[in-house]
Amino acid sequence: MNALKQYIDLFEDNRAAIDAGSPAVLNAHRDAALNALRQAQLPRKGSEDYEATSLEDVLAPDYGVNVRRIAFSGDTTESFRCDVPNMSTCLYTCFNDTIVAGPNAVRNAGGVIVETFKEAAVNHPEVLAHYGSMAQLDDPTVALNTMLAQDGLLVWVPRGVIAERPIQLVNIFNSTQPLMAVRRVLVVVDDGAQARMLVCDHSQSKEVSYLASQVVEIVVGRDATFDYYDLEESSPRTHRLSTIYARQAQGSNLLIDGITLTNGLTRNNYRISVDGEHALTTLLGMTIAGDQQHVDTHSLISHNAGHCKSNEMFKYVLGDQAVGAFAGKILIKENCPRVEAYQGNRNLCASSQARMHTKPQLEIYTDDVKASHGTTIGQLDQDALYYMRTRGIGEAEARRMLMQAFMSDVIDGVRLEMLRDRLYHLVEKRFNGTLAACSTCASACGR
Amino acid sequence: MKEETNKKEAEKQIIDQAANEEYKYGFVTDIETNVIPKGLNEDVVRQISALKNEPEWLLEMRLKAYAHWLTLKQPTWGHINMPEIDFQDISYYAAPRKQAPEGNGEIDPELKRTFDKLGIPLEEQMRLSGMAVDAVMDSVSVHTTYREKLAELGVIFCSISEAVKDYPDLIRKYLGKVVPYTDNFYAALNTAVFSDGSFVYIPKGVRCPMELSTYFRINAAQTGQFERTLIVADDDAYVSYLEGCTAPMRDENQLHAAIVEIIVEDRAEVKYSTVQNWYPGDKDGKGGIYNLVTKRGLCRGDHSKLSWTQVETGSAITWKYPSCVLKGDYSVGEFYSVALTRNYQQADTGTKMIHLGRNSSSTIVSKGISAGHSQNSYRGLVRIAPKATGCRNYTQCDSLLLSDTSGAHTFPVIEVGNDSSVVEHEATTSKINEDQIFYCNQRGIGTEDAVGLIVNGYAKEVMQKLPMEFAVEAQKLLSVSLEGSVG
Repeated sequence: MNALKQYIDLFEDNRAAIDAGSPAVLNAHRDAALNALRQAQLPRKGSEDYEATSLEDVLAPDYGVNVRRIAFSGDTTESFRCDVPNMSTCLYTCFNDTIVAGPNAVRNAGGVIVETFKEAAVNHPEVLAHYGSMAQLDDPTVALNTMLAQDGLLVWVPRGVIAERPIQLVNIFNSTQPLMAVRRVLVVVDDGAQARMLVCDHSQSKEVSYLASQVVEIVVGRDATFDYYDLEESSPRTHRLSTIYARQAQGSNLLIDGITLTNGLTRNNYRISVDGEHALTTLLGMTIAGDQQHVDTHSLISHNAGHCKSNEMFKYVLGDQAVGAFAGKILIKENCPRVEAYQGNRNLCASSQARMHTKPQLEIYTDDVKASHGTTIGQLDQDALYYMRTRGIGEAEARRMLMQAFMSDVIDGVRLEMLRDRLYHLVEKRFNGTLAACSTCASACGR
Repeated sequence: MKEETNKKEAEKQIIDQAANEEYKYGFVTDIETNVIPKGLNEDVVRQISALKNEPEWLLEMRLKAYAHWLTLKQPTWGHINMPEIDFQDISYYAAPRKQAPEGNGEIDPELKRTFDKLGIPLEEQMRLSGMAVDAVMDSVSVHTTYREKLAELGVIFCSISEAVKDYPDLIRKYLGKVVPYTDNFYAALNTAVFSDGSFVYIPKGVRCPMELSTYFRINAAQTGQFERTLIVADDDAYVSYLEGCTAPMRDENQLHAAIVEIIVEDRAEVKYSTVQNWYPGDKDGKGGIYNLVTKRGLCRGDHSKLSWTQVETGSAITWKYPSCVLKGDYSVGEFYSVALTRNYQQADTGTKMIHLGRNSSSTIVSKGISAGHSQNSYRGLVRIAPKATGCRNYTQCDSLLLSDTSGAHTFPVIEVGNDSSVVEHEATTSKINEDQIFYCNQRGIGTEDAVGLIVNGYAKEVMQKLPMEFAVEAQKLLSVSLEGSVG
């Protein structure tokens, strides 16, 4: 049984309603997505790109989809208080898949335009035209998102604008019924512009099953700088299929940092295409998983131009029966000299039932390059533990300190100081189990 | 600036020279050969079995494998551009006609000349190194040296066809146990039509006093070679086994689909070395051997050890993953490889280390060198089973690119199922360091020699693992192909 069928049927039955509720540019991609899905075969678990994750199982349950755009209401301030102290952001909240601007969000904050797709279709159709320009429909999860997406968030940083305040998008599930949210983000950073964005995922119920289908497209212009931080603190019954596409022009500087602290099952795809020379790409990731958490990361950095540098590092700490998977590929195409690319994946298995699958890959077609990768799967250094215990630090504390130190180089890669401090704090809480005790808001992060 | 251009020009010339280097084993021996007609069907399988006077159980195994093969499709997952092979356009059995009667040590002079020309003298008294050789041409073993001397120690070293007749119990016990016919497409094909290869049995506690070696030669046109090798090292035994191979230059692609099975019992050690030099095709990528082999060893006993060392310089397409199944506690697997590709050669090679026993350890060192328009991939699997606690793996795979039209790729898969094992993987891809060449130039060493030095240094870690006689041959092979290849 192909799990995609129910979505195709749903779409065909409700096509008129979906089209009516969406801007034309989204509707224009639906036919292609539908065709792609009709021909798609969901990859089996164990296949080349889905070593550890069964898409069939993720998509099989019957989730509700908000095709008729019923407005979900929620009190932003009540639902989400887990903000970053001392950091003022332009806050937007996405309840399931409906975007609501926060109280201190300014539509045109220092020149940055943040709008829903519906608004952008009227105000900035030329920018919204980037929608779907990168998303590849041969990936069934992306095709599914494209077929059903009805709205999304556009972040446009016009030429030369340097955004002072980070943009924050908080995705919250707050339905009492099993629900699939189709979320879409388009970021266009024009030449010479600079911006930072923080996305947090939360679920407000621990008992209800949710499925988040998220596709983010990022266009980084010449000499532009963009940071994208993606922090997932959802619930054990939240499944997430996320794909981030990015295209970099000459001299651009892109940082993507994906952090998973609590979740059910997550598949994160990163597809970065470096099209201009002298571009810098930093792709970082960090996962702390326990219980039955499942985190699967798949990355592709494609160097299509010479003289570029990329640095990729993913770290996992797995406890209990957690499953981690990492597959990363660095592709250096022909005639791309002087590319320097590094890919690292370091993993700690902290329980005998945790499983880690890793597949770092290099595909190199130019000789004058430096490309390398390194992978380790292991445990905490017994000597270091012993050393700390001889200094009077208890074993549990020593373990925590070492695990935190293990994560530090991913956290140090964060270019927002306040966020970095906050992450240190969250990771500490995650490791000592007090994330669950956090009662400041209605989110189910660690409960 | 001009000087720079001249230098680049000179380098280019040297590279071209290296790329056009003739394949010196490309001659054809004019010898009468019995070839069965092209095509593959059940009758051909029966005919091969009948030609070799095989017992009924072996024919049954072949037929089962053939029936299974019919249900399979040619795999396409390799990073290789290979046309679909027409399996009906190949002859599955070719034997030199004038074979000497067994045991009297006389060989057809033409055959002997062939192997002399390849540097494999079959006359025992002429051997200086004291290495026992089994020479296989096309589908049959031509001659095995030193058999009697080895037999005194209880070591069995003969062709697999003879072993089927002389040691049926051993063959029946071990054949197909490590690589069953259901393993993959080519394993099924090989099991159905395999012709000859070597059988080695080292009894308990015996340390084989000499290197054992098999030399494979494809001679007849439009045939495939489907050899089968089986090595069994009983408790506390030790053997070092070498394998070499060459083929004539032909415009057509010829298929070589072999199976090598190794079983290592308690505290035994097997060292398996290959210098693979099948005809790689001409500089435009025409012709050459498709080398699609399945090699696997089972470290069944505790404290057993299996070491694979390979130098891959030949074949149009190489597709092989010598693997170790580390079933015994404290067993050790090693894989050392140098793969050199040039012109339009494609290599997709690597290893699998499957840790099932506690405290087993494995080491993988793979060095790829790609020149011309070639594609060179490392593909590997390190799997640590949940119950295999305390395991250790270290993997290093480096690639050296000598031209901007070649490609180097790595596809490692690592699966760890417990919290007491440590796995490390490192890979680098780069071209020859210009600083190193500059340093050598300053000391009066020409660019060509400098490259030779650097590449030899690069491959040294693997070369050191080869037995001496082979190391010399392998080094010569590398230098022929690498002279002056500066990217």
